[in-house]
Amino acid sequence: MALAQITSVSGRAVYVPGNDIDTDRIIPARFMKCVTFDGLGEFLFYDVRKNADGSEKPHPLNEARFKGATILLSGLNFGCGSSREHAPQAIQKYGFRAVVTEGFAEIFFGNCTTLGIPCMVAKREDIARIAEAVNSDPQLEVTLDLSAREIRFGGQVVKATIRETDRDALVNGRWDAIGELLEGRAAIDATAARLPYLAA
Amino acid sequence: MPQSLFQKVWDAHAVRTLANGQTQLLIGTHLIHEVTSPQAFGMLRDLSLKVAMPHRTFATVDHIVPTDQFAEPFADPLADAMIKELRRNCAEFGITFFDRSTGKQGIVHIVGPEQGITQPGTTIACGDSHTSTHGAFGAIAFGIGTTQIRDVLATQTMALGRLKVRRINVNGRLRSGVYAKDVILHIIRVLGVNGGTGFAYEYGGEVFDRFSMEERMTVCNMSIEGGARAGYVNPDDTTYAYLKGRPYSPKGAAWDAAVARWRSFASDPGCTYDDVVTIDAADIVPTVTWGINPGQGISINERVPDPQAVSGDERTSVEEALAYMKLPPGAPIKGTRIDVAFLGSCTNGRLSDFQEVARFLRGRKVAPGIKAIAVPGSQGVGLLCAELGIDRVFRDAGFEWREAGCSMCLAMNPDKLVGDQLCASSSNRNFKGRQGSPTGRTILMSPLMVAAAAVTGTVADAREVFAVGDR
Repeated sequence: MALAQITSVSGRAVYVPGNDIDTDRIIPARFMKCVTFDGLGEFLFYDVRKNADGSEKPHPLNEARFKGATILLSGLNFGCGSSREHAPQAIQKYGFRAVVTEGFAEIFFGNCTTLGIPCMVAKREDIARIAEAVNSDPQLEVTLDLSAREIRFGGQVVKATIRETDRDALVNGRWDAIGELLEGRAAIDATAARLPYLAA
Repeated sequence: MPQSLFQKVWDAHAVRTLANGQTQLLIGTHLIHEVTSPQAFGMLRDLSLKVAMPHRTFATVDHIVPTDQFAEPFADPLADAMIKELRRNCAEFGITFFDRSTGKQGIVHIVGPEQGITQPGTTIACGDSHTSTHGAFGAIAFGIGTTQIRDVLATQTMALGRLKVRRINVNGRLRSGVYAKDVILHIIRVLGVNGGTGFAYEYGGEVFDRFSMEERMTVCNMSIEGGARAGYVNPDDTTYAYLKGRPYSPKGAAWDAAVARWRSFASDPGCTYDDVVTIDAADIVPTVTWGINPGQGISINERVPDPQAVSGDERTSVEEALAYMKLPPGAPIKGTRIDVAFLGSCTNGRLSDFQEVARFLRGRKVAPGIKAIAVPGSQGVGLLCAELGIDRVFRDAGFEWREAGCSMCLAMNPDKLVGDQLCASSSNRNFKGRQGSPTGRTILMSPLMVAAAAVTGTVADAREVFAVGDR
């Protein structure tokens, strides 16, 4: 299974402000009544984007000028709460290819890597600079560089970090671990054989 | 060199190091439910893979089941499709399914321990963030996403980086009317909703030594609300007494061998931790949330924050939370009118939760206009409550007594808030919209505090409402 080597992501960006944005906010539980992930993109941030009658609330994703953005910017502890992979699936199916925040909740972060979505962490003031730049020019191209560990936009450069194991997996095209896990068959059996509760 | 339980369990289950530096970790027990597993089975089929160890995978149905109607097909065709899909997947791949007809169905984090499947010194994974619950037994238990469910199904392993370990001591003695739920709400309030990022929490100290298994489960359950990927308590005689005689517990000579092995996994005296936090039990009070994340908690006798009294980020988040909760800045939380009282969930849906409330609820009535529902976490819990006459106490008080499921904790079923109803809830999350209405409001609290809210119709101090004496 040859996977893409994700060394950088370039595109337009949109800033969704807020700290502790939880996965219930990213995708409300009622949209998880499904047996596939198809079509989840349209329910991304549903309850903060839509009124009960389906009309739109003010939200960055509802602004025409940010349509087509592929990089999502936000605040601290993004993706906290439920382990639902429906959250990164909705983000990806909406069209985002990368997320940059001040910090991620751990399960969400791992789920994103597994889907090939780089999640980079940047300082608050740097995210604010990117947000300011894209708010004044929504067409501005923003580039996440996983090798240089930086984000470039409009002639500016800011530092960004990503956990090394996940960076390695993305840039080397091994972010979906299944192939490598399956290759460990003999070692799995040997480990299981040493554990009495599994041998039984 | 003395080691922590986390280190020992991790090392015993480490298969090998992967190319990116993560560990391929063997998962001894895999628990699945209907919401996060169907896509994983779909991926298995796409890759023509089988389930590697079907006898180490156990399924139940909990999130979508109605708690007041069981005839299938369910009224909700989407929910009906999900239970049928789980049934099909379990049959096709040879997985034990605790379907309703077995009498063992319930919330996955209640069923595992109740059946004796959850055991010390093991690794457990489940596509559900509250999998940390199982750490109460001295297991290392991870909430995972659906692609990782596929990995565990296909290989009984997953890729994971090692966590740091933070020891949290709670010393001394809890005051009367203070419960395990208050302990974890207090810990999250002190350490923050993301304070546990990168850590497993090891809970210990005199309070945990005295705690029952069910109390330990309540605390471990909400580790994830503090950002910790896992939380555990070292196994001891309380653990072994709970497990003895359970359906999946070892029997006969194997029991003694298992206990000896389990004991060996407990953290060694003098082992080093990456961080240590010590909390005085006397500082913990009945705690309620006032905001939109579980870290936004206060004592029942405190006032909600005033955004004018704080600055920067904190002001923004207080303003956002109070606007959503429709609470006036700086007002006392006590006396806030509620609409719904919910007692249940994987946090507080066990026998002892209902037992403790029943002690005080006898002879009391739910306040007029309040919808109060009590939902046992499993069919097993429901049966025990019936045998002990506990369901009758709740019904007599005016609670609706339901059948097992996740119910109103996340409202993927007919139990949900309507409009901006305010719910006094024994569950684990007060996120915006969590209980099924995009404007619904949640105040998290202990089961007895939920009962106090139900009988007074307001957020109340259970110690006053029920004249709770010293234990």
